[in-house]
Amino acid sequence: MNVFNTLRNIVENRASLILIGAMILVLPLLMTSSFQMRLAIVVWVYAMAVIGLNLLMGFAGQVSLGHAGFFGIGAYSVALGPSQLGLSPALSLPAGVAFCGILALVLGRPILRLKGHYLAVATLGLGMLVFMVLSNEVELTGGPDGMQVPRMAILGWKVKGTDTWYWITGIALIIGVWLALNLINSPTGLALRAIRDSEVAASVLGVDIAKYKVIVFSISACFASAAGGLLALYNGHVTPGLSDFLISVQMVTMVVLGGMGSIAGSLVGAALIIILPQFLTSLHEYEHAFLGLIMILTMIFMRSGIVPSIGNAIKRGRHDSNS
Amino acid sequence: MPLSEFLQFLISGLTVGFIYGAVALGFTVIYNASHVVNFAQGEFVMLGGMFTVFGISLGLPYLAAAILAIALTALIGVALYEFAIRPARGAPVFALIIITIGASILIRGLAQVGFGTSFFSLPSLAGDTPIKIGGAVAQPQSFVVVIGTLVMVGLLALLMRRTMIGKALIAASTDLIAARLVGINVRMIVALSFAISAVLAAVAGILITPISLVSYDIGVLLALKAFAAVMLGGIGKPAGALIGGILVGVGEAMTAGYLSSDYKDAAAFVIILVVLFFFPSGLLGSEHHERV
Amino acid sequence: MTAILETTGLSIFFGGLKALDNVSLAVRPGEILSVIGPNGAGKTTLFNLISGVYQPSSGQVFLEGQDVTGQEPNKLAGMGLTRTFQNLQVFQTMTALENVMVGRHLHEKRNIVAHLLSLPSVRRQRVESREKAMECLARVDLEQYAHQPASALPYGALKRLEIARALALSPKVLLLDEPAAGCNPRETEEVDEIISEIAAGGMAVVLVEHDMRLVMKISNHILVLNFGRKLAEGNAASIAADPHVIEAYLGLEGDKGETGAVAE
Repeated sequence: MNVFNTLRNIVENRASLILIGAMILVLPLLMTSSFQMRLAIVVWVYAMAVIGLNLLMGFAGQVSLGHAGFFGIGAYSVALGPSQLGLSPALSLPAGVAFCGILALVLGRPILRLKGHYLAVATLGLGMLVFMVLSNEVELTGGPDGMQVPRMAILGWKVKGTDTWYWITGIALIIGVWLALNLINSPTGLALRAIRDSEVAASVLGVDIAKYKVIVFSISACFASAAGGLLALYNGHVTPGLSDFLISVQMVTMVVLGGMGSIAGSLVGAALIIILPQFLTSLHEYEHAFLGLIMILTMIFMRSGIVPSIGNAIKRGRHDSNS
Repeated sequence: MPLSEFLQFLISGLTVGFIYGAVALGFTVIYNASHVVNFAQGEFVMLGGMFTVFGISLGLPYLAAAILAIALTALIGVALYEFAIRPARGAPVFALIIITIGASILIRGLAQVGFGTSFFSLPSLAGDTPIKIGGAVAQPQSFVVVIGTLVMVGLLALLMRRTMIGKALIAASTDLIAARLVGINVRMIVALSFAISAVLAAVAGILITPISLVSYDIGVLLALKAFAAVMLGGIGKPAGALIGGILVGVGEAMTAGYLSSDYKDAAAFVIILVVLFFFPSGLLGSEHHERV
Repeated sequence: MTAILETTGLSIFFGGLKALDNVSLAVRPGEILSVIGPNGAGKTTLFNLISGVYQPSSGQVFLEGQDVTGQEPNKLAGMGLTRTFQNLQVFQTMTALENVMVGRHLHEKRNIVAHLLSLPSVRRQRVESREKAMECLARVDLEQYAHQPASALPYGALKRLEIARALALSPKVLLLDEPAAGCNPRETEEVDEIISEIAAGGMAVVLVEHDMRLVMKISNHILVLNFGRKLAEGNAASIAADPHVIEAYLGLEGDKGETGAVAE
């Protein structure tokens, strides 16, 4: 393989990383209000959670309808860490991520033995359990009204302001994209794709199916919980709504709309689902109905999602003009 | 008194359990005809109750409103099949899951806009005088629920066994290709199965609304609990669905009564998780091997 | 030389049906054992039992003298046993090269953290896996398809792709389920050469095939199954002359190669 091919490989594999990085850098120059920046923060955060879900759904082929459970746990950990354990918010974030990762490892083994509808329902149930606990345990979590999250401070400097959080969440997203791309291009990524395409074939070639499903489940939980924690730190407040079933459904929609198995797609899906309602404020009441409609239409007409569909169209165009 | 307390929980558990059973039966009918798990099943229950409330508010008599509601819900069920599921036939499982969940959310979202977020009630069909049973008190509507569900199930069983349509449904659920080969119009049969299960759910909704009210978002939890019922009974088994529903209802009531009413809804999830891990094919189910 | 793969009294029930009844076999390194029999005789079921896809109702499987009955397929792969599939289990969304690279899984370091951070050792290993995978593709004459998606390959190529993928594991025992099915005479020739080559290299090969000419030509040993039971066992000549075998195959007119077996 000559140098040019190697270079092209690196660029193609890292194209998402470069594009997303460029976008994060350039966007502030185009923004005209603090509100837009806030919207971007929410998009970066959800994109991060969705990248994790995409690793689970798009690469390992497992449907999870409870992803918001980890999102919520991550968010509450930065509120509970300070209030219950006296940890600083900054430390509570990685603590929450570690907790979710381990929780996923423990729950993963039995849950991921399930497939199809059973897995979907089991994850749905778990997500709802999290929501129930967060809503019911009022002494611990503040119940439906939620809890305050203390401001994060690094070396005495209080982290605040939408600008600052734009860059923090943006950088976090880039790191997440980098990690995810690395994983996908690694033997682990190949094993996951093999599991998705044919579990039995992967198995006879030595892939420990159960182990890899649990690992990717745990990694996806870590992404979600980190995202939830960051959002909570930015907002300064958490409510049980963060782990609502509807949030899980939104995340699944972001995955399928943007493209299962596409990292860039995760960002596109997150952006569309979060930003579109802003443009259709007159139809605001129909937000949920639209979500359902998008889910149905995507699965019928554009099953591979936006980014892969565009990618395939380009490839076909190139192929046609070559022949 | 502990016995009367137990009876009280049992009565409310049975009441709601028969509803879960009816919804679970609907699940089963659709699954048997098309191998689709219809996550929107719970919305049909909501629509049954909602449309009836709406009809009455427009001045229709109870029965007329109910019949109209059932017919409308059945129509929506068929529309769900024709426009959302049939276009995606042959799709992988995850796509069908997302479609039916999407349908559930779409219906729920539209109901939210059309009916608002309040709770609505319907008048009881047997009066309001509570009936005393051994120290416990039962709403007369509870009896309506149980009897109504049994009648409905009985009618369904008759339909399946005695009519050509019913036999065609059974044939299609046993072997789709063979059914096609003998000339059964599978598309109509599956559409019919959606209509039947929508009717089952809608009637259940009308029966339960006098007791537990109806609002735009009761669908999701209902679907989950009906799914738990199906898990218990073994997927594809009608008798199992009904029995499973009763077990889930009673289990839930006992949990609410003796453990914590906050976590009442969790009972169904715990059941799902326990069944999935220890009895993957349900209590009445059977093994099946992957063909390679 | 002792057998590297052995089964004793392997049986399995599917509901009330005994799909496989008391089947025992033994294969030595470098030997080619063919399992033949009418459709439904239980050949693929036998493979599924040996490779851990199904659990036997009774009987044992021994690999290198160790009892591996009921072990998971990936554990068996770790001990050097792998297989191909009758109705193809190719990784559709991957390229041919990636398909074969999955076969290198057990030979690679599987440190998740290293993978997440894309450490230099991971990148070096990927280059090495790529090279080894290309070699396997070359052995089955599929290099030109390396970077094409598996879904674009013709059927005959896919059969060989599965073989290349299995070879990437560097197995000691290879189970091939109808590797020549649907292949034209030239492709069957190629499969014949590949199999002979890998057996000559010391691998034990168990073959399920319908193509009698291929079976008679390359097998050291043949096992005939019928209705899940062993009908006959022996070398090509004795099997071809066995009256029970001939009787079992009577009525399967029109199947190419079958008359060849009876006539020889």
